[in-house]
Amino acid sequence: MNRGYIFRLLATSLFLCACFGAGTLAQDAIEKAPPLPAGMTGADVNDPRYKLTPGLWDAGEAAFGMKHLMLLKKPDAFQLGVDSNSPQVATALKSLGVPAGAQIPPTIKMAYAGLAFANSDLAFQGNHLFLGNFYGMNIFDIADPANPKLLTSMLCPGGQGDVSVYKNLMFMSVEMQNGRLDCSTDGFPPNPPPAAGQNPGPPAAQKDRFRGVRIFDISDIKNPKQVGAVQTCRGSHTHTLVNDPNDKENVYIYVSGTSFVRPNDELAGCSDGTPEKNPDTAKFRIEVIKVPVAAPQNAKIVSSPRIFMDPRTGVVNGLNNGGSHDGDGTGKPADTDQCHDITVYSAIGLAAGACSGNGIILDIKDPANPKRVDAVNDKNYSYWHSAAFSNDGKKVVFTDEWGGGMGARCRPTDPNVWGANAIFNLNNNKLSFASYYKMPSAQGESENCVAHNGSLIPVPGRDIKVQAWYQGGISIMDFTDPSKPMEIAYFDRGPIDPKMVILGGSWSAYWYNGNIYSSEIARGLDVFELTPTKNLSQNEIDAAKSVRVAELNVQNQQKIEWSNKILIAKAYVDQLERVSALSAAESTNIRAALDKPVRSKLAGFAASVQKQSRLMRNDPYMAKMQALAAILKQPGI
Amino acid sequence: MRLLAVLAFSFFISLPALAQQPIIVQPGAPGQATKVLPSTTRAVLPPLSTKDVEFMQGMIMHHAQAVEMTALIEARTENKELRLLGSRISQSQSDEMNFMKRWLENRSESTEMEMEMDDMEGMDHGSHSHLMPGMLSGKQMAALRRARGAEFDKLFLEGMIQHHKGALVMVKEMFDTAGSGQDAELFNFATDVDSGQRAEIKIMQTMLGKNN
Repeated sequence: MNRGYIFRLLATSLFLCACFGAGTLAQDAIEKAPPLPAGMTGADVNDPRYKLTPGLWDAGEAAFGMKHLMLLKKPDAFQLGVDSNSPQVATALKSLGVPAGAQIPPTIKMAYAGLAFANSDLAFQGNHLFLGNFYGMNIFDIADPANPKLLTSMLCPGGQGDVSVYKNLMFMSVEMQNGRLDCSTDGFPPNPPPAAGQNPGPPAAQKDRFRGVRIFDISDIKNPKQVGAVQTCRGSHTHTLVNDPNDKENVYIYVSGTSFVRPNDELAGCSDGTPEKNPDTAKFRIEVIKVPVAAPQNAKIVSSPRIFMDPRTGVVNGLNNGGSHDGDGTGKPADTDQCHDITVYSAIGLAAGACSGNGIILDIKDPANPKRVDAVNDKNYSYWHSAAFSNDGKKVVFTDEWGGGMGARCRPTDPNVWGANAIFNLNNNKLSFASYYKMPSAQGESENCVAHNGSLIPVPGRDIKVQAWYQGGISIMDFTDPSKPMEIAYFDRGPIDPKMVILGGSWSAYWYNGNIYSSEIARGLDVFELTPTKNLSQNEIDAAKSVRVAELNVQNQQKIEWSNKILIAKAYVDQLERVSALSAAESTNIRAALDKPVRSKLAGFAASVQKQSRLMRNDPYMAKMQALAAILKQPGI
Repeated sequence: MRLLAVLAFSFFISLPALAQQPIIVQPGAPGQATKVLPSTTRAVLPPLSTKDVEFMQGMIMHHAQAVEMTALIEARTENKELRLLGSRISQSQSDEMNFMKRWLENRSESTEMEMEMDDMEGMDHGSHSHLMPGMLSGKQMAALRRARGAEFDKLFLEGMIQHHKGALVMVKEMFDTAGSGQDAELFNFATDVDSGQRAEIKIMQTMLGKNN
């Protein structure tokens, strides 16, 4: 498509708005919020986040317990090339009767470009941040987190641009029809319109189409080179990097495809249909790609496990419970013929799959052959979207992407158990439901909002997750007690537009080596730092900052290990004082001793804390007391 | 000597400038070299096909009939499960119609399908049965309007299954047309229609089995 065509379309959009009034479009764009179902609780309308002023670049902001350091705007190469001062646009506007000098409102531009250039998921390696986009990838230098620098904009469309990194390799998900093997932005040309009564022409199959997982060599960060591309039948909506603890020569990629199955004449071996009619259907499975690290060009699919199979009958659509809200007129049903996202935790040999109609647990000790060990459904769930383990592997947080991410689902009348996190206990590979958590503040009708991607914050002794809620902003949840999750910090902006739902907000919000990074779908890259509150002390923040990792792919969860340093002990003291497990006086004394550490003195406190912990028996803080005593006994000074 | 000095000088001034400038690249196919693109590069959308536009226009018409069908439920059946299903279909299809209209308006396309005069002839108003796959004929709609109670439930479920299956055909035809379905929002939407309606068909088939 040529540029002039885009100009015309955009100019005409403006024309439509000017003539019929933005209200016409807006009324259509806003869904009428259904009333709150009986017995349900909605979102909090007294929260300062509810009525923030709208704006693309000047929206109102509210924050608690976190500080916004900077927003780096999406680069121009990822924005539609429209300049209302250009001669072409001026001519087009003039021909439409729009006065000279009129600006194309940015919201019109965004509404049109929307998803095609949306920022998506994040990955990290050393000082580099990888920000996926439906149109390609942007790579930043974050050596100074408060001042990230764009290094490389890589054009390679095909959505969603889900990204992982491993050593010199970068992996990227492609699912859409415009994806091409050669990363061209041209897509595929449509046939000319057929004459009346004639067939539209040659088939749609394209040998150069790419839907699957791309592999790039990023040895030179300014010159990523495509070295492999593994095609799959449904493309790759998301993927998960999997390490085999017993095999350092290969890594695995679990592919979650959620879209339609391509025809066999485009990719041999692909066929659609229900398993009763077609046992080889490309639905009801995931794909496992094996990547030889030294020869990524040889990456290939090694298995397509039927993880929804009923083990007794052998039926491949054995789960298929469907996810839909009970008694609700709005939730859409979802079959379990796909996973949306899988989080692997190799240290405990398990994976948690969010698989549209169900949440599942997989045994992945043999990474090429994952086996389902449990599955759950939930009456308040619409679409099982993502999963995360607690660090000890005893809890799993699932998310429900009710409304698909494009819908406003945090309105005052949206129940606080729909489109929420569901926290499950995990015991002997069995999930049991504990509670829901939804970002508590109400949001406007033009803000797409629902639970989305997040990561753990490594505060020792607590389970804390930072999480994106699209235009609902970022919410930090403490789920140490799985039955009583609570919000401890947040950041939010007002809606992009007051009347229309313009796709935007935080896609992913992840903690990486001391800061929180957020992929803002429409605006760019946000960076934050935590600030102390009654919920989280500076010592706890410092302890979290002391945990450093070389690489972060959130869905490939790594066990967090804390040192025996003094600052970790200080975090424990603060936590124990907060719950009155240690008296204020004793806490003050231990902190003073930790400030000027003398081994003999600390050993004395260690003995005292150890003694108290023995008296606590089943108290949930006993383990924390013992962890504190252990550091006091042998501090890493 | 002088030339060398100039070269050395320009090397020193240009290197830091280059280091700060982000680079725009476009990889090639696997094994091929990566191209460097000019800093003035701006994003472009993939081509939009006639079929994309027709798909959206046709689906609006198609969805409108589903909403029309669900409006009949209120006065014709007390079946709680069916009433619930009806409200879900009505809500989701209305939302989707709004989305489709906005999508077309944003691209300055008409929200209604252009019809050839041949199509118009002999067409009885309120019935577009011969236009979109799966849509109920005027006769089927009339029978549905007349039916009450269990008979209505049966006709509604059978009719909606037929209707939904038609939507699946429409999605397939669209993706089977060269150059179609490349727009990100359209791709997302069509994928969603496909999975959502398949799941709903299964629910309705189960309900139909129970009713018989």
